[in-house]
Amino acid sequence: MRSDGSQSAPLGLKIAAACGLLFLHLPILLIFVYAFTTEEKSFVWPPPGLTTQWFAATWNRPDVWQALSLSVRVAAISTAIALILGTLCAAAVSRTKFFGRETISLLVILPIALPGIITGIALRSAFSLADIPFSFWTIVLGHATFCVVVVYNNAVARFRRTSGSMIEASMDLGADGFQTFRHVVLPNIATALLAGGMLAFALSFDEVIVTTFTAGQQQTVPIWMLEELIRPRQRPVTNVVAMVVVLVTLLPILAAYYLTRDGDQIAGSGK
Amino acid sequence: MTIAALNSTSAPAILPGSGGVRGALSDLFWRKPQLLLFLMLAPPVLWLGVVYIGSLFALLAQSFFSIDEFSGLINHEFTLKTYGDLFQPANLDIILRTVTMAVLVTLASAAIAFPIAYYAARYARGRWKALFYLGIMLPLWSSYLVKIYAWKLILAKEGILTWLLAKLHLLWVLDGWLSLPVVGGNSLSVSATGTFIAFVYVWLPFMILPVQAALERVPGNLVEASSDLGASPGQTFRNVLFPLALPGIVAGSIFTFSLTLGDYIIPQIIGTSRLFIGQAVYSQQGTAGNIPLAAAFTVVPIVIMGFYLWGAKRMGAFDAL
Repeated sequence: MRSDGSQSAPLGLKIAAACGLLFLHLPILLIFVYAFTTEEKSFVWPPPGLTTQWFAATWNRPDVWQALSLSVRVAAISTAIALILGTLCAAAVSRTKFFGRETISLLVILPIALPGIITGIALRSAFSLADIPFSFWTIVLGHATFCVVVVYNNAVARFRRTSGSMIEASMDLGADGFQTFRHVVLPNIATALLAGGMLAFALSFDEVIVTTFTAGQQQTVPIWMLEELIRPRQRPVTNVVAMVVVLVTLLPILAAYYLTRDGDQIAGSGK
Repeated sequence: MTIAALNSTSAPAILPGSGGVRGALSDLFWRKPQLLLFLMLAPPVLWLGVVYIGSLFALLAQSFFSIDEFSGLINHEFTLKTYGDLFQPANLDIILRTVTMAVLVTLASAAIAFPIAYYAARYARGRWKALFYLGIMLPLWSSYLVKIYAWKLILAKEGILTWLLAKLHLLWVLDGWLSLPVVGGNSLSVSATGTFIAFVYVWLPFMILPVQAALERVPGNLVEASSDLGASPGQTFRNVLFPLALPGIVAGSIFTFSLTLGDYIIPQIIGTSRLFIGQAVYSQQGTAGNIPLAAAFTVVPIVIMGFYLWGAKRMGAFDAL
């Protein structure tokens, strides 16, 4: 093989990469087909027929709606907490050098770097030691803790690209700290925060391991699904919920991607 | 907007303070940046320090308690007895099985991730690059349970894989594999092989991203130089690409390894009745009510990951993250 400037990949590599991507995507696409199957009891492939009746059946299930409502509320509040804590932390870490800075970045990453079961059981044992009863807020407590890192990562990356001289210019022109934040810093980091918030929402919406330890009787959507996987009641309804969950988590991811994609054009990034 | 307002009123060179509490606060923060830093750091550090680190210590403390075998009550005296229980053959078996699985999953993920990452880093441009990025991010962020559920459907006896193999007249391969001890079982969805496939699938994107990041940093002309000097593609891979990608692979392995060590849902839904560490923790704290033993079990992945991270740091994996 000689370097003749051709930028075409060897065939073997193309095939391997394509197979890898197919491996990543086909299983998820399969869920969409199963949501329409007429087969009620089992995993039979190919589906004997296609129907949309299970969407109606799912629509009429109160337990699905309750789980969905709980998931959305938990994710919304956890995201809000994570946005505040993550942004504060990112602003502090990216702007200044101080003693313990590395420790703080480690502290933020730790809740997702350690396996979820450790976070889960640690919180659970703390709740039991402190006699805190399980509630909506114990779930939020757990979720917000590991959502911080997503917001933090997005915000830190953007803070590093936003030029400090813009802030100095704003101050030179007479804006006070709050005005600078409102008119200079916030517009620059807004899309990164939005992206981080969406990822945090998706992360919380999907979290199952920590939730099993911090929820009492309440069911979020993943807990509902887990229950269905272990003790199936109506398989086709699970298929429909699975499809909806894929769509609900994919949309924020796509949006987050488009929000952070043009990161290079942030004002002041060249300096 | 602010600038226009300033120009129209021909402002003096030095403005008076904006006054009020807000102005005073703003000036104070300007003069004492340490105070601002402290106020910014206090909420996140308090939250993570109290809620998270506090909980971890509560967990650690519990692992030094023991359970009274007769009453089933927790004995709040410090002892190493619970850690001793970890070394019972049954428990050692669980730890060994989990670590073996984590190693195999990591190796397989690296092997599958490399071509994808290499293609994305070296050949994909423009629109294709974006497509590759999304092609990795979407499965990464798709619901974890849905992914496991999808594999349950695929691996089940009536599922698509059996159907496909039947069409290809390859069922004998599957039956032969399933009849093997340890890796086999009644069907793929209740075998260790099934657990392995599901693990690889779910963690694969975590491996691709750091490997791709490492490969992006390899200059293309390094590969060209290698082939100009007469190396075969295999030699180039072994002597140039692989060593340079290794920090990325180690970085990715932190995720695949750690996540496999702690997971209890995949082996519960797709797998045999032989337990993994996560399942042992879950059943000890739940049905068995033995929180000290559950806590001691969680210390195992923490210690393993501690050593792993220490080794990874020495290999420069953190720079590849």
